[in-house]
Amino acid sequence: MSTEVVQSRRDWLLSERPASRMQARLGRAYVTWRRFSANRLAFVGLLIIIALLLVAAFADVLAPYSPTFGDLKGSRLLAPSAAHWFGTDDLGRDIYSRIIYGSRWTLYVVILVAVIAAPIGLLVGTVAGYAGGWTDAILMRITDIFLAFPKLILALAFVAALGPGIENAVLAIAITSWPPYARIARAETLTVRNSDYIKAVQLMGASPFRIVLRHIMPLCISSLIIRVTLDMAGIILTAAGLGFLGLGAQPPLPEWGAMIASGRRFVLDQWWVAGAPGFAILIVSLGFNLLGDGLRDALDPRSGDQ
Amino acid sequence: MNAALSVDGLEVIFDRFRALKGVSLEVRSGESYGLVGESGSGKSTLLRAIAGLAPIASGSITVNGKTLGKNRDKAFYREVQMVFQDPYGSLHPRQTVDRLLQEPLAIHGFADGEKRIIRALDEVGLGTGFRFRYAHQLSGGQRQRVAIARALILEPSILLLDEPTSALDASVQAEVLNLLEEVRRRRKLTFLMVSHDLAIITHMCERLMVMQSGEAIENLTASQLVGHRVAKDYTRNLLRASEGFVRTARAD
Amino acid sequence: MSGKTLLEVEDLRINFPTRIGQVQAVRGVSFSLGRERLGIVGESGSGKSQTGRAIMGLTPPQAEVTAKTLAFDGIDLLAAPPRERRALRGKRIAMILQDPKYSLDPVMSIGRQIVETLRTHERVSKAEARDRALAMLEAVQIRDPARVFDLHPHEVSGGMGQRAMIAMMLIAGPEMMIADEPTSALDVTVQLDVLGILDRLVSERGMGLIFISHDLRLVSSFCDRVIVMYAGKVVEQLKASELRDAQHPYTRGLLNCMPRIGFERHPLPVLDRKPEWAA
Repeated sequence: MSTEVVQSRRDWLLSERPASRMQARLGRAYVTWRRFSANRLAFVGLLIIIALLLVAAFADVLAPYSPTFGDLKGSRLLAPSAAHWFGTDDLGRDIYSRIIYGSRWTLYVVILVAVIAAPIGLLVGTVAGYAGGWTDAILMRITDIFLAFPKLILALAFVAALGPGIENAVLAIAITSWPPYARIARAETLTVRNSDYIKAVQLMGASPFRIVLRHIMPLCISSLIIRVTLDMAGIILTAAGLGFLGLGAQPPLPEWGAMIASGRRFVLDQWWVAGAPGFAILIVSLGFNLLGDGLRDALDPRSGDQ
Repeated sequence: MNAALSVDGLEVIFDRFRALKGVSLEVRSGESYGLVGESGSGKSTLLRAIAGLAPIASGSITVNGKTLGKNRDKAFYREVQMVFQDPYGSLHPRQTVDRLLQEPLAIHGFADGEKRIIRALDEVGLGTGFRFRYAHQLSGGQRQRVAIARALILEPSILLLDEPTSALDASVQAEVLNLLEEVRRRRKLTFLMVSHDLAIITHMCERLMVMQSGEAIENLTASQLVGHRVAKDYTRNLLRASEGFVRTARAD
Repeated sequence: MSGKTLLEVEDLRINFPTRIGQVQAVRGVSFSLGRERLGIVGESGSGKSQTGRAIMGLTPPQAEVTAKTLAFDGIDLLAAPPRERRALRGKRIAMILQDPKYSLDPVMSIGRQIVETLRTHERVSKAEARDRALAMLEAVQIRDPARVFDLHPHEVSGGMGQRAMIAMMLIAGPEMMIADEPTSALDVTVQLDVLGILDRLVSERGMGLIFISHDLRLVSSFCDRVIVMYAGKVVEQLKASELRDAQHPYTRGLLNCMPRIGFERHPLPVLDRKPEWAA
């Protein structure tokens, strides 16, 4: 009987004649989801990211020790064991607990960067692409200036100016990562701006602002989501790099990059101190990359218009 | 009858290419007027220039007694609407039919949107079952009906039709042509219709203009065309071509 | 007129597996072709193009093609190894597609494309290949063949491109040609020129021609025989000259629903599609 219910629910979602706005939207989401979940690796990526979210949310419950206070007397640089799964660092802190708390900082960086950089890129790109002429030239030259510097160097310069700290690192990464998004949004805008459906909206008397916001941006968003997801790994690495150079998160914050930096002194004898956070960065970066790949297949605006 | 639409000495230049070379035209109110020609004749450019989608270099356009300036205002779009050739390209791929029809109403601030959408869908013979579908869930003919509904929902008095059936199958073409004739009769619309197909133009229009490489070469009534009473060789060639392939006699 | 049978098609079926299940594009099509002009007419989705592609061996790989017989000059096309089919393609069977813009290589000059085609199928010297290509361009009524020989596809008009395409397809002297909407992208006056060229070459060389089109009237004025397809099936086969006596309501409906100069009918008769036609 329950299979019948599932069957009818699926029919409702896949209906060619949706009866309400809601059903149309859900049906579309369902088709996208089916295409996404058909890709095994993408699904693995999604699981990794969900796991990251859960770990960050329940860090207090999951971490057996404090991330910032260690037992300096009895437990410095202990190898992985049942008591300390990933061992302890030079200040006697449990690395497992630090990595669990560190996931919060990783998420914090990634989400803030995405929230700041993606909308800036989307706005600059769509406006430049739709307006053309001088607006386009000026906006794109500014973009070019940002693109001309290597990302990490530019971020370094910003942090040096703003002062070290995780908030400033986030700001610096965000400022350096919007230009590629602007490029993508502009390219996408150029391909749709002369299409008949945009012309049709112009013929309704819609203002340029309305056309960009309601008709062009929704078409750019999916390629932007894909790109941002694929960039997440790079953002984590840049944040870690800044942390490693001492310009990002400051001790005793359990940020993964800073953890590697402080562990590098013992990397030959006590490999776990730098190895464990390195492994965490690897797994999360992989997760975002797999997710991004899957999203590319599921959201591709050129495949079947779904 | 006074002129619903008149065009005087219109020139359109794309990057130094003169796509329209001083074309003049007058369409009476309630009339259906055809533009005929082959690709590159400028017939679609003329239509787009009237709609404000092509750069006008010189000449003037007058709609219902009002001469248009450089920029079209909202009032213009309530008078003049357009149906595009390609039904696959003229509907936004991420919007439902409902959203497509709501957009013009929202732009012009109509309050009774719900009622108008249902009426518009009924008028083009689709019914509310199609209201929440996306463009990819519709056939070519259904898409073109949605495009017509969208053009009609602002209750314009002039409809510009750019080869509205050339991308459709013959049987669907007949349905769409019938629909266009019906809405024109019911709403007393003025049509300006572009086609490369003389049969469609004589079926739909009372008068027509033959165009070639950006110029108007002949003005005719439909009955003159049907009776082969044409002056230009070019028009005669088009007429002969529309009769299908004729095998030239062979010696064998 | 037909003489020897060139192509024998019996119970041709093409299935496309999709997420929702099998889509049957062609459902049991049978016909034969001699040295004649055969028209296949139908609307979009009727399976007419897929039929042509299956004969050419150009069906997408995920599709399933089955037939009791699909034989060209006695060669079983479905059993033939890929190498043999490739050799047949171009050499003995040629195909012209709708838009020359997409079927000619954009980065190679027209002349070189024709020469390459010839040299893949025959061992001829470069000089001889060039002479034959020029002669072929002249045969498709290109006025200045030496100039067009060196042009790239984007430098010529649609009509010229389609002529070049025909030249390229005919250079190896095929015995059968499949033309899928060869003139739909062209202006009406150019369309007739191209058809005239095609007609002359086909009858001079005694080729078999399959002309696939949505335009029933054009096909019937050009071909000897017409097959009408609907929903993957043949609903009617008749001589082009007897089109007016067509029996099937679909054929009659198709003929009727087009506006004609000098016949005032308001509204136009529309096709009332009966489910049993597709059964």
